[in-house]
Amino acid sequence: MKEIVVISGKGGTGKTSVTCALAFIDPVNLVLADCDVDAADVHLIMKPTAKTSDDFYSGIKAVIDSKKCISCGACARVCRFDAISITGSSYAVNPLDCEGCGYCYQVCPEQAIELPIQKVGNCYTSVTRIGSQMVHAKLGIGADNSGKLVAKVKKDAKAIAEQTNKSFILVDGSPGIGCPVISSLSGADYALLVTEPTISGLSDLQRVFQLTAKFRIPTGCIINKADLNPDVARQIIEYLNVSGIKHIANIPYDEDFSKAITLGKSLVEYNPNKWLPLFQNIWQLLSKETL
Amino acid sequence: MRIAIASGKGGTGKTTLAVNLALYAAESFQVMLMDLDVEEPNSSAFIKGEQITEQRMFRTVPQWDSHSCTHCGKCVTVCQYNAIIKLGERILVLPELCHSCYACSELCPSQSLPMGEVPLGNMRSFVSGELNFIESKLDIGVEMAAPLISQSIQHADMNYSFCEYQFLDCPPGTSCSMITATKTADFVILITEPTPFGLHDLSLAVDTMRHLNKPFGVVVNRMGIGNNDVYAYCEALNIPVLASIPSKRRIAELYSQGKVLIDEVPEVKTAMDAIFCYLRGIQ
Amino acid sequence: MIIAFTATGTTWDAAIDPRFGRTDYILIFDEEKNEMNVIDNREITNVAHGAGPQTAQKIYEYAPQVLITGNGPGGNAAAILAEMNLKIYVGAGGKTVREAYDAYKNNELNTGV
Repeated sequence: MKEIVVISGKGGTGKTSVTCALAFIDPVNLVLADCDVDAADVHLIMKPTAKTSDDFYSGIKAVIDSKKCISCGACARVCRFDAISITGSSYAVNPLDCEGCGYCYQVCPEQAIELPIQKVGNCYTSVTRIGSQMVHAKLGIGADNSGKLVAKVKKDAKAIAEQTNKSFILVDGSPGIGCPVISSLSGADYALLVTEPTISGLSDLQRVFQLTAKFRIPTGCIINKADLNPDVARQIIEYLNVSGIKHIANIPYDEDFSKAITLGKSLVEYNPNKWLPLFQNIWQLLSKETL
Repeated sequence: MRIAIASGKGGTGKTTLAVNLALYAAESFQVMLMDLDVEEPNSSAFIKGEQITEQRMFRTVPQWDSHSCTHCGKCVTVCQYNAIIKLGERILVLPELCHSCYACSELCPSQSLPMGEVPLGNMRSFVSGELNFIESKLDIGVEMAAPLISQSIQHADMNYSFCEYQFLDCPPGTSCSMITATKTADFVILITEPTPFGLHDLSLAVDTMRHLNKPFGVVVNRMGIGNNDVYAYCEALNIPVLASIPSKRRIAELYSQGKVLIDEVPEVKTAMDAIFCYLRGIQ
Repeated sequence: MIIAFTATGTTWDAAIDPRFGRTDYILIFDEEKNEMNVIDNREITNVAHGAGPQTAQKIYEYAPQVLITGNGPGGNAAAILAEMNLKIYVGAGGKTVREAYDAYKNNELNTGV
């Protein structure tokens, strides 16, 4: 079983459209995992029906028991995040400002503070509208994606792939270069970068490639909207050649991307004549690269 | 007036809007634009100004003093972020995991973890006519965005109060760095695209703004693609749509070249008129 | 020589876990005593941030001289492993623990950071 992770660095490069198009090529043979949890959009195309739902807990926040609080103010004095203030006769924590450091808990003389672990979202295993398997998650307000949640989504996807003998896990990876994307890449067999030839596209690509290189994950690249700025596209291709990244495909700027999304369809459904051969080719290349 | 420009996801035109709105406002007012997308700031690609200052930015993390340490392990116990590791008689601090809460430092019985500064990134300021532009950028390898964002905002509080309009180009998403960036704003503009992806990510950002009790409005970018669901959603929830910017290949090309739009695309200028008219109305 | 493996199971036939920080198990093989110790690392799923350093800390207790893993540790974990005088071999993902050990003996593994 091979795990292919699609990542992009910055947003808006068409990463999710590419992932969803690929998910249609050999759907019975793969499990789809959406690890772009901050802006999880794969479900808008794949319309999954949840079979199981797990509450997801992560991180702590301080809570003050007003009955035990003697208003000494020790907690508020040590809080570096200005999250504790007095309301009426006792102190209270503003959960939006609390960073869960637990310093207040350490200094409270009355043990009036608890640090409950927070339910921050849900993790689902589902069946998509085309019958394929999918794992995805939804976070509550202000909850940050984490390596923990990404690892859980990937672990559930892997368990399903093993049980049902699938050949591939296709992961819509997290954006950026922080902890969640590291977790997205961890254990992957192949990283597919989706970039665009804009002024920030190349520098973004370089930052993401530093990560895949560090983890020694074989890497390929799709340049989306390649004709928007041919000069930058050429620079990107040069960079790919120098860095040993496989140049998988160029995709021209095309309104079909947004038109397909608008209808809740993948590109290969929206206009199969135009897109199916391209994504079949890409999928074949990826299968070969991960052999 | 401080206006934050944010979006539920990246790539919706946030920087384009922030830059063009700031340059438009600077034709008649003293304006500050601050790029707080500190992981990947790229407003500077569009603004040709003279650099005035550059300063290193720091935050504090504990620094281990091996001589006084009694190896009691209290620091490891109190740290909720796994930022302190004890290897035998050595203490290692992992700055990338530390949230600078001071608990280990101040609760250490032998005062062996005094707080010291580690670099976060750079803050540079530029002047271009009436526009003051500030860019904050994390050093490569530094992941903690929120401290650099809040320090940059404090810098704006202290040095740019003379500006009638302060625009903040915020990090994308609805994570804690986006909340940090929008928290002090008087008004938030959420930019989105009229597609199901755009609508979905907008709804997350709207939930976040309601949670924070922030007044906000929506600008629709790339009008013409997709459908009318974003407009219907805003109408149903009584969210003002301040302006719409049409979808044009020309705009995407100018963006990829790092060009400003207000002088080149009349529809963008019209959109800026509408946004500005709204902002003046709520002041 | 004491050798640590990141693994998905507890035996020689288990696959190497390509992940470092979030590996399910760590197997510690003492060549001299011909003895295998198993560290159950599955509780790491409860750690939101800093899984790598936590795993590195557990490995430290056994003082191995060699670590055999898949992708290799992230930056924070690497900083801790650097304190241990540990030789790190990567790229063993996909092999079983036994295959990885044989490959190490035959000098077929790449050294990591």
